[in-house]
Amino acid sequence: MLVLLGLPIVQLLIFGFAITTEVRNANIAILDNSKDEATQNIIGRIESSQYFDIDRTVKSSSEIEKAFKTGKIKLVIAFQPNFQNELAHTNKAQIQIIADGTDPNQATTLTNYVSAIIMDYQSELNQQNSVPYTISTEIRMLYNPELKGAYSSVPGVMGMILLLISAMMTSIAIVKEKELGTMEVLLVSPMKPWLVIISKVVPYFIVSLINVATILLLSVFILGMPIQGSLLLLIAETILYIICSLSLGLFISTVSDTQQAAMLISLIGLMLPVVMLSGYAFPIANMPIVLQIISNLVPAKWYIIITKSVMIKGVGIWGIWKETLIITAMTLFFILLSIKRFKIRLQ
Amino acid sequence: MLTKEIVIKTDKLTKKFGDFIATNEITFEVYKGEIFGFLGANGAGKTTAMKMLIGISKPSYGKAQVAGFDVYKQTEKIKKSIGYMSQKFSLYEDLTIKENIQLFGGIYGLSDKEIELKGTGLINKLNLQNEADKLVSSLPLGWKQKLAFSIAILHDPKIVFLDEPTGGVDPVTRRQFWDMIYEAAHHGITVFVTTHYMDEAEYCDRVSIMVDGVIKALDSPGELKNQHNAKSMEEVFIMLARSAKRGE
Amino acid sequence: MRTLLFLLRKEFLQIFRDKLILRVIFVMPVIQLILLPFAANYEMKNISMTAIDHDHSEYSRKLINTFTSSGYFQLTEVSKSYNDALKVVEDDKADLIVEIPQGFERDLIKENQSKIMLAANAINGQTAGLAISYASTIIRDFNNDIRVEWIQAPRMNAQPIIEITSSNWFNPKMNYKYFIVPGVLALLVTMVGFLLTALNIVKEKETGTIEQLNVSPIKKYQFILGKLIPFWILGLIVLTIGFVVSFLVYGIIPVGSFLLIYLFAAVYLIALLGFGLLTSTFADTQQQAMFIAYFFLMTFILLGGLFAPIENMPDWARYLTYINPVSYFIEVMRMVILKGSGFTDIIRHFEIIVLFAITFNTLAVLNYKKTT
Repeated sequence: MLVLLGLPIVQLLIFGFAITTEVRNANIAILDNSKDEATQNIIGRIESSQYFDIDRTVKSSSEIEKAFKTGKIKLVIAFQPNFQNELAHTNKAQIQIIADGTDPNQATTLTNYVSAIIMDYQSELNQQNSVPYTISTEIRMLYNPELKGAYSSVPGVMGMILLLISAMMTSIAIVKEKELGTMEVLLVSPMKPWLVIISKVVPYFIVSLINVATILLLSVFILGMPIQGSLLLLIAETILYIICSLSLGLFISTVSDTQQAAMLISLIGLMLPVVMLSGYAFPIANMPIVLQIISNLVPAKWYIIITKSVMIKGVGIWGIWKETLIITAMTLFFILLSIKRFKIRLQ
Repeated sequence: MLTKEIVIKTDKLTKKFGDFIATNEITFEVYKGEIFGFLGANGAGKTTAMKMLIGISKPSYGKAQVAGFDVYKQTEKIKKSIGYMSQKFSLYEDLTIKENIQLFGGIYGLSDKEIELKGTGLINKLNLQNEADKLVSSLPLGWKQKLAFSIAILHDPKIVFLDEPTGGVDPVTRRQFWDMIYEAAHHGITVFVTTHYMDEAEYCDRVSIMVDGVIKALDSPGELKNQHNAKSMEEVFIMLARSAKRGE
Repeated sequence: MRTLLFLLRKEFLQIFRDKLILRVIFVMPVIQLILLPFAANYEMKNISMTAIDHDHSEYSRKLINTFTSSGYFQLTEVSKSYNDALKVVEDDKADLIVEIPQGFERDLIKENQSKIMLAANAINGQTAGLAISYASTIIRDFNNDIRVEWIQAPRMNAQPIIEITSSNWFNPKMNYKYFIVPGVLALLVTMVGFLLTALNIVKEKETGTIEQLNVSPIKKYQFILGKLIPFWILGLIVLTIGFVVSFLVYGIIPVGSFLLIYLFAAVYLIALLGFGLLTSTFADTQQQAMFIAYFFLMTFILLGGLFAPIENMPDWARYLTYINPVSYFIEVMRMVILKGSGFTDIIRHFEIIVLFAITFNTLAVLNYKKTT
C-alpha cells in the first residue's frame, strides 16, 4: 500500500526535476591542429559556457572514433590547420563539428549550440560592418516560459497513476477473490452483487483521491505548477476519470481468471498504451496514422488533455465538453460490458 | 508392543512470537510405527509445534529430536528422514502426476530406477493408470490428497507428518485415506497427524490434545475415554477444550 | 547436482505449460519492439502550426511556403490576429505560431533588418524546444538564401567567415529509431527477466508448494539456482527474438560483436534476476511483488536514459543512475550495437555489472530463509 502512495511522488519528482532535455555538462573533445589565438578564443568560449565540458583533446582524426566508442564523448570540434592565418588572409576558415548521432536529438541540439557560439565569435569579428538583410526572431514560450518539465509530466503522471491504481489494482483484487473462491461466498450471501463490487472498489477510489491530493499539492508547492482554471472543475473531471478507470478494472476482472492474467492484461493492455499512446511521453502528432487512431481509444489521452487545459490554459467546461463526453461514454461502455459478462457468469 | 523405539522426543519445546507463547513447554514421545494423533482446536499451537519438528521453524527453547536428529543443528538430516503433507494441498497443479512423482523422487535422491519402479507401483495402487499423464489440477480433491500422501512416503521416510490431511474430503475418501495411513504404519512408517475430525482421532494409536499451547492429555483413545468417562473422543475433546482462552 | 536437474526440469515444464507466460515471453517483445519505436519518436514531423501574415508580401508568402515544404511543419490554420492564433493553440489545433509583422519585406530591404515572432506551446518543453529550433533553422536558411539572392557574389568575401560543417557519426541519417530500438530491447529483457523471477517464487509461496520444498532436503543454493537458470535462459531467448525483430523491422545489425553483447547480457541478467529474487523474498503475495516490481522498474526505466540523456540530469539524479543497473545495460547496448564499441571500451560497465550481480545474489540468498 505504501508503494501506491509513494509511487506518484517519486515519479512526479523524477519527471519534474530529473528528466530534462536542457543540455548541460555535455562531454566534448577538441581537435586543434592550429593552436593559435583564434582557436584558443573559440575553445575558451565553449569551455566557459555551462553546456559543455571539454573532456579531452585529441591529436589526430584517427583518435576521434576511439573517443566516441568509449561512450563518454558526445561531440568533437575539429579546427583546420592554420586556422587564424586562413581566416585573416583568405577571409575563410573551417571548423568541423562531428556529433555522436546515436541520439539524433541530442546531436542536433549540441551541434546547434556549438554553431551558435562560433557564430557569436564571428559576428564580434565583424562588428565594424553589420551584416545586411538580417531576419531576427522573437521567441515566446506560451504557457510555460521556463520550460518546466512538470507542465507536461503532472497531467501525465495523474493520468497514469489513477489508471494504474483504479484499473489494475481493482482488477487484481477482484480476480484474487475469484481465484481463492471467496467471490462465490460473497455472491451467495444476501448482499447484492453490485454492493459486493462497490465494497471492493471503494478503497482504491479513496487511495486514488489521496494520490490526486498529493500530486496536486506537490505540483503547486514544489514544482510551481499553476492551476489556472477552476479547481472544482478539475476535481470533478478527475473523479469522472477515476470512475472510468474503475469500470475498466471491473471489465478486466470479468475477462481474467487468474491474478497473473489480470496483471499481464493490465500491464500490457493498459500501462503500455497509457505511457506510449496518451501523448504523455511522446507527441501523438509524430506517430504513424494507425497509432494516432488507436490513441483515441486510450481514456488517459482525453484526461490528459482535460488536465492540461484546466490547469495550464485555464479553460472552462465549454472548452473540454467533448473530452468529458468521451470519457463518460467510455465509462458507460465498460460498465455495461462488465454487467453483461457478469450475468453470463452467474447463469 | 515389546520394544518401544522412540522416534520423536521433545522436552519443554517452546516457541514464542514476541510475547505470545504459541507452544508452551511441550514434552512428549512418539514411538516407531505408531499413528500419533496431534489434536487441538484452531490456534492451539499444533501447526507451530509441527513446524519445529520438521525443521522449518526454530524453537525458542527446549529440546527435541526427530528420527534421532537434533531440531536445532541437524534439520537437513531430519528433512531427509521425514515426509510431509500440508493442509494446503501442495503438489504442483500445473505438472502431471508422473512429473510430480519424478520431481519429488528426485529431490529426495531416489535413483531413476527407483523412481520408475516406485512411481509405477504408486500409480497402479491408486488406480491412476489412465490419469498418469494428466495435470494434477484436473483431479478431484480426494484423489489429490491420496496422491500427495503417496508421494510424501515415496522415499520411505521414517516418519511422515500430516497436517490436517483430510480437510474438505468426503467421508468415503477419508476412510480410504486412513486405510493408506494404516498400511504405511504397518510398513513401519511412523505417522504424526494433526486433525480436528474427532472420528479420525479414534483411529490413532495414541492422541495428544493441545489447549492454549500446552498438552492437556496424552494417551490411547480408549484410555482417554475411560479417564473422562466419555462415550467418544468428541466428548473428551469438548471437555478439555472448554477451558481454552484463545479463540480462533 | 542431480537435485538441481530435477528442479530445472520442473521449472521448464511449468513455464512451457503456462500459455500466459509463453505469450509474455514471445509476443510481448515483438509487439513492444514494433510499437514502441514508432510511438517513442522524437523525430519531429508534421508539427501543426498557424501563421499570421500581416504583410501579405511576396517574401512573407515565400517564408510560409518554406515552412510548409520543409516536412517539419503543417499549416493547419491561417489566423487573422495573434489572439485568433492563441485560440487555435488553446484548442490544440496548433503547437507553433508564426507571426510576420506588417512591413516585413520593406523593413528588410530598407532597414536591413526585420523581425519575426515565433510562439510555441511549451506545455511540453521538450517538443517546444525542438519546434523552435527547427523553425529557427528554417528562418536562418531562408535568410541566407535572401542574402545570396540580393547581394552580389564578390561582396561575400569582404569579411571573415567561419565555415561550419557538421556531420553525425554512427547514425548519419539521424534515424531516431536506431537510437530507441537498442534501448527498448534492453528494457524488454529487463522487464521479462525481472517480473517473471519476482513473481515466480511468490506464486509458490501463495500456493503453498514452497513449504513442500522447504521440508525437503533441497539446499538453498540448489533452490536459488533452480529458479535463476530457467529465467536466465529465457532472458537470453528474449534478447535473441529482439535481435531478429529489430533486423526484420528496422534492419538493425549490431556494428560490434554479438559475442560481447551476449556476454554482457548474460552477466546483466544474473544481476537482474538476483534483484528479482530479492524482491520475491520480501513479498508474500503476488500483488505485493507486483507493486514492488512495478515501482523499481518504473524508476529504473525513467532514470535509465532511455528517453532523456542522463548527462542532462541534475547531479542527484545522475548519482542515482550510478546504482541503476538498467542504465548500464542500455548504454552498453547502444555502444556496441550502434558504435561497435569493443570490450576495452565497456570494461568499466562490465566491472560494475559484475559487482551488481554479486551483491544482489548474495543478498537474495541471505534473505531467503527456509526457516522462520
